[in-house]
This record gives sequence, C-alpha cells and structure tokens, in this order.
Amino acid sequence: MRELPEGRSEDVFDDYKPAYTTNQARVEANRCLYCHDAPCIQACPTGIDIPTFIRKIATDNVRGSAKTIFDSNILGMSCARVCPVEVLCVGDCVYNEMGVPPIQIGKLQRYATDAAFSQEWSFYEAGESTGKSVGIVGGGPAGLSAAHRLRRFGHAVTIYEKRDVLGGLNTTGVAPYKMPASRSVQEVEWVMGIGGIEVKTGVSVPSDISWEDLEAQHDALFICFGLGPDSRLAGDGADLEGVEGAVDWIERMKLSTVDVAKTRCLVIGGGNTALDCVREACGLGMPTTMVYRGTEEKMSGYAHEWAAAKQLGATAAWQTQPTGFVGEGGKVTGVKAVKLDDAKQPIPGSEHVLEGDLVLLAIGQSKLGELAASLDGVTLEWGRIQCDEHGETGHPGVFVGGDCRNGGKEVVNAVAHGRDAAIAIHARLTGGN
Amino acid sequence: MPDLSTNCAGIKSPNPFWLASAPPANSGAQIQRAFDHGWGGAVWKTLGTPIQNVSSRFGAIAYGGHRGVGFNNIELITDRPLDVNFREIYETKKKYPDHAIIVSLMVETREEWKEIIKRSEDAGADGLELNFGCPHGMCERGMGSAVGQEPAVNTRITGWAKEFANVPVLVKLTPNVGDILPHGQAAKAGGADGVSLINTIKSLIGVDIDTFVPQPVVGNKSTNGGYCGAAVRPIALHMVGQLARDPSFRLPISGIGGVTNWRDAVEFILLGSSSVQVCTEVMLKGYRIVEDMIEGLDTYMAEKGFETIDQMVGRAIPAYSEWGNLDINYESIAKIDADACIGCNRCMVACHDGAHQCIHPNPDPTKHVPVVDEDECVGCNLCQIVCPVEGCISMVEVDNGFAPASWNQHISDGAVVRPKKGAH
Repeated sequence: MRELPEGRSEDVFDDYKPAYTTNQARVEANRCLYCHDAPCIQACPTGIDIPTFIRKIATDNVRGSAKTIFDSNILGMSCARVCPVEVLCVGDCVYNEMGVPPIQIGKLQRYATDAAFSQEWSFYEAGESTGKSVGIVGGGPAGLSAAHRLRRFGHAVTIYEKRDVLGGLNTTGVAPYKMPASRSVQEVEWVMGIGGIEVKTGVSVPSDISWEDLEAQHDALFICFGLGPDSRLAGDGADLEGVEGAVDWIERMKLSTVDVAKTRCLVIGGGNTALDCVREACGLGMPTTMVYRGTEEKMSGYAHEWAAAKQLGATAAWQTQPTGFVGEGGKVTGVKAVKLDDAKQPIPGSEHVLEGDLVLLAIGQSKLGELAASLDGVTLEWGRIQCDEHGETGHPGVFVGGDCRNGGKEVVNAVAHGRDAAIAIHARLTGGN
Repeated sequence: MPDLSTNCAGIKSPNPFWLASAPPANSGAQIQRAFDHGWGGAVWKTLGTPIQNVSSRFGAIAYGGHRGVGFNNIELITDRPLDVNFREIYETKKKYPDHAIIVSLMVETREEWKEIIKRSEDAGADGLELNFGCPHGMCERGMGSAVGQEPAVNTRITGWAKEFANVPVLVKLTPNVGDILPHGQAAKAGGADGVSLINTIKSLIGVDIDTFVPQPVVGNKSTNGGYCGAAVRPIALHMVGQLARDPSFRLPISGIGGVTNWRDAVEFILLGSSSVQVCTEVMLKGYRIVEDMIEGLDTYMAEKGFETIDQMVGRAIPAYSEWGNLDINYESIAKIDADACIGCNRCMVACHDGAHQCIHPNPDPTKHVPVVDEDECVGCNLCQIVCPVEGCISMVEVDNGFAPASWNQHISDGAVVRPKKGAH
C-alpha cells in the first residue's frame, strides 16, 4: 500500500462536525434514555448496541464503549463520521417522538472510537489457525470487515485490491469534511493490526488473476469489488476537457490534487454523490450549480446534505436535462440543456446553455457484476451479483457483499455484508460450527 | 487478567455484583435471567409469612431532568407462597451452581427461624441474609428494622440463626439508627459471619400538592417507606466505612446503597465491601447494566494493577479518619483556567452568597473570567462543585511553610497551626 502524498486538495476541508470534548460527550451520553430493544439499534445496518455504548461513555468505561461498537462494526470509527445518521440511528431516536433533540449518536460513537485509536486499545486477536484460506476480491469496507472477522475465526485471508490503497470509498470517495483519506488509511492499519491479512494491491480480478486460480488457492471467496467507472453522458462534446466523472474527480481531489481555478462548476445529477461534489466544489472555492432532471422534493440525495450545500452558496437548476456540451479550444465552457415538465418531458423551446468550465457527472456508476459472470451459478440482476441472505452466490463457496451486491449503498451496509458473509463462510468451512 | 471472583463471608460468586433482596430478585425466572446477564449473585427477596401488598408502591424524586435520583418503596416481603419460592431456589441453584444465591429471611419466633433456615438450606441456599432492616410495614409487626434497631434483639435472633444454619449468615443492618457501630457489633456478638448494609432509609418521598395526599398514593392515603437510589449512596458509604475501619469489628461486609455503576461499586469495595448489592438501578434500567459494571471493574483493576478483589477491599480505609486528625495546615486555593471558563459566573455567585466572598468579577469589563482573591480563598471547593466545565476550576495546594499539624496535635502537643483565612 502506498503512502498518501502531502498537499492534497482535500486538505483545505475542516471537520464539519467537530469532535466532542469529554465534557460534551458525558453531557450528551447522560441524556440517552438507554432504551430497551432501541429503535436506533434497529436502524443501524450493523446493529450496534447503541444504548449500551452510550451508557458506557456515561459511566466512564470508554474502553468498553469502543469495544461494544467494534464488536458489531469493526469500521465503527469511519462509520461514526460517514454514516448518514440523520436517516439511520439519530433519525429513529425516540427523542424525536418527544420533540426533543435526538441523541448525537454519531458524535458519541466517534468519541469512543477515536479514544480507542488514540489510546491504541486492541480488542481482538486472530483465532487459532484453521488451515483454511479465504480470498477477498476488493479492499473496501466490505472486504476489510470480512477479513477481520475471518481472522478472528482463524482463517487465512488474502485481499486482492486493484488500487494501490485500501479502504475503498472510505479512502477514495468520502467527503473530506466528513473524513480525510488519511484517517481512512489509519483505520485500515488499525484493522490490519489483527495480523495475518495478506494484501495484494494492483491486482485486478479476473484480468490479473483468474477466478479459476483464486478458487484453486482458496477455500472460499468473497467478492466485494464495488462499482465501476462513472457513467458518461452521451451527447456532443462529451470528451471535452473539463467534463469529468464525479467519483473519479473526488478520488483525485482526495488522493492528489484537482484544478480549483475554475470559474463555475456544474454538477450533473441529484443523488448523494452529486451533493458531495457540490459541497466539495463549493468548499474548494468554486461557484457551483447542481443540474438535476427532477424536483427538489424528489431528489434522491439526502435533504440534510442539500440544506448544507445551500448554506455554502450552491444553486440548483431543477427539472433540467443536459443534452450535450459546448466548448472552446477543446475545453468545456458549458452544458446544453432543456427544461423538463412534471412528466419529465422536454419543454419545446426551453433549450439553453448553462455556463461552466468544470462539469462533474454524478449520474451513477457502472456495475461490475459481469466480471464475475463467468463463475458457474453466479447470476446478475441489473449488474448486481445475486446471493442468498448470507451473501452466498449460486456458486457454492463464493460470497458477495457491498456495492456490487446492493448497487451502491452506505459504508455501514458494506460492513454488515462483510461481517455476515464471514460468519457464513466460517460456518461453511467448519461444517456449521 | 484481573480475577473478579469474590468470597464475602464464605459466600463465593464469580463477581462481586449481587442483586439485592428486592423486586428484581423476586422469582427464579428473574434471577436466572439476571445470571444470564452476568450478575454474580442474588439475595432472594425476603421470605417469611407471605404478605399482601398495596398499589401503588413506589415513588421517586426527579432532579435536574433525571427521574429516580432518589427512590422510595412501601412494598413488603415476598407475597408468593413459600413452597413456590423454595422450589425456584432449588431449580435456580441447580442450573447456576457457580452463582451465589443468598436467601433473605424475616420471621418472628425461634421455631419459625429454625424451620425457614432448614428449608432454605434444603433448597440449596449458599448463604442467608437476616432482614433486620426493612423500615416500613414489617417493623410495625415487630420485625425488620424493629429488630435491627435493638442490639439485644439483633444479637438474640442472629444467635438463633447461627444455631440452626450451616451456611454463612449475613445480618442486614438498618441505617435508621444514630450510630451503626453498636448494631454491627450486636450482629457480631450473635455470631454473624458478615453484615450487609444499608437497608432503606425511613422516608416520605413527597406530597401531591393538588390532592394533599403524600406519595406514593394508595387510594386517598399514603405512608412512609424506604428511601434508596443514587441519593442514599453517601449515607451508605459512611456506614460501611464506619464498620470497616473499626478494629474491633472486622467482619466481611456486603455493601448496599445507591450503586448505579462500576465506579460506585468500586467506592464500596475500597471502603471495605467484598460484595456489592444493587436494586434501584436495576429497577430503573434493567439487569443489562451489569455488563458495563463487570467490564468497567475489570478495566479499572487492570489499570490499577489489582489482581483480585481482596486486594481492593478497604484500600480507602486508612485515609478515612476523624476530623481531629486532619492536617489543618494543608492549604489549597481555587484556580480558574481562563481558557476553559465559559463565563457563566456561577462560581462567583456561589462564592459570594454561599461561601467566603473571594471570587470577584474581572476588573476588565471586556473579560468574562472571574478572578480569585487568593489571599482570601479558604479552599472550600464550592466553586469547583458549581462549575459546569470539568477541569476548569482546580484546587491547588499552596505551600504556606507550616508543617503538617492536626487539631488533636495542636491540643495535645501544642503543634503550630496556621492563621485562619477568611475569618474576619
């Protein structure tokens, strides 16, 4: 794994939710009602025992608090920062029902897990060797979660990662005001601390190593290679300089540098990647407009993210469909667009050009499921690899998790997939024990 | 790895956390569930001639948004048939042989004590706890605290129990006495293997100011009950410490009273308890609190280098002394961390109105941090207590050049004491 360079574009961002001091954490922890069978637990894809970890902060058992979190979610440190808690645990806090501000679960989780990192507490040891080996294709949250759990069971683990860094979108894609790449890399090292996780970076599957070879080397496989490149927009001028895929641009912004000397940024799309781009471009000092086919009410991105973007001065062109690009000297200068009616049909005569010298396409990413389609029994639906509830595909011994299974959800969903697949793999390799 | 197992008066349990004799220890199903959560022992809700209870039974104090800081009950001993209780004790002990089951007892005559002790032991009790503490309902019938308040009666009945019992006998003491020592000594004189304290404190939890009926309301009347919960912990700590530090006492102690978490439990252990009993916090939060208690105690012991509970028991006793032995020449003053101060001025008003008028507004009106007149500060702690920011106000030791001297040394040996501060 390579080290991150100094002077990355993401360095300009500060924490948008500053960490709690001990005082603040205790005050907030003591507000928690310590509900039984709490809605916040139900809302967490990894089912962290939230009331318990919060009570442990209140009783000054912070070490135990961190362990409660990591027992369910080994990436609890990053999830504390990147989870959309407003629509998960915090959104379901019973205080909302009382009209009282909900418990800031994410910030409390960050308090406990940050303490674990800074105090270098370690909770887990690798299990006694079982002689079994599992290959993990993809070094993102799902893969790390599975690898750690499998090592606790005592299985040998090899991660195959096409990039030269691990952490997946936690490293390459998370908005830097939530978590910089450097923090994700620290988390990767923390997870690796269990020992015995072999990592092969710069290896793509199946182009660099075939499925047959992987199956020959391992007793089970876990596929978690995420999503593919950004989808492109058809239309004139799609190849102009300055027209970029959103995920690709974010990765460069986080791991190296992007050109911030642009006069206007246009972000195409209305999902959460688009909103990240809008907030990031604004934060980098570029006036930014989001261009979306639908309405503000129906956008798929989170309302709280858009509210934050507006505070940064972002504007939006709603019900607007890009049809092509205009440029000069090979560089983009604007997006050709047409207004849509409520049935999403173009309104004749509404054609216009939106000016912009950076156009970020956040209209989805391609699915990589085809890469695994050559495995007997593996089936796809809309490019997503199909599996049973435990993550096992139609090819016995091959499991799947993360974005290539669910089409692209949160980090915490991937962590749950990885953990649960590891438990199922362990059951398979040990005859159900 | 610290060893959390404990031996309190010959009663062994995998950890020092026991359910106190109370509603959470009312039945086998409950206690088995508690053991599954991690409780090391349970004192079965007091057995005797089953009684009839009233409704309602509980009251609580809310303070600063926290309900249940202090708690009160008028429930009596078991209302379930003795046969059922003994069968469940037997089943529970069989299923959980390594956990401690102590049976709390309260009957009247010698013959009744003989019979109920035999039945308890036949059911598998690891120990007995004589309920000489209940301050409501039972005492009017000549039991509970009516026994605990009379040392001679305490000694006599404890003697009966010891005559009939083969397992260790703990005497549960009432705090509704002027001085706990003679009552602990009375139990010892009767042959008790240990004591447990405190039982609840006689109390009236409140009055409904609209209906003019005290609480808890039973129809249109109420009665006094037993006070417990976090608020009673200082009273319990004092009584536990009083017994533990008396060289003529030296019996094992099971500490009870306002334990809400592992830190509270550690305090009881440091003051001489070799097991700690909990009721109210379980009633408010459930058996599940014990996981944090075990984990917190384990981490604490590892950090402090304690390998066994025994090494902790009574570690704070040497520093628990009489006022006359305190070093009068020790001097401390308040220091305010200007960077941490949020400018609420609570310290200033507390000092002006409730202490010694030595914290003043900053002479620079653009600054919000109050200033301490160090020549006047008596080091009373009030400002630190009212400060909402942890660590903002610290009490700092001052080297005043006087050698340590207690009041007793001053009286007996003429030791030099420093001039008074703030006494003008």
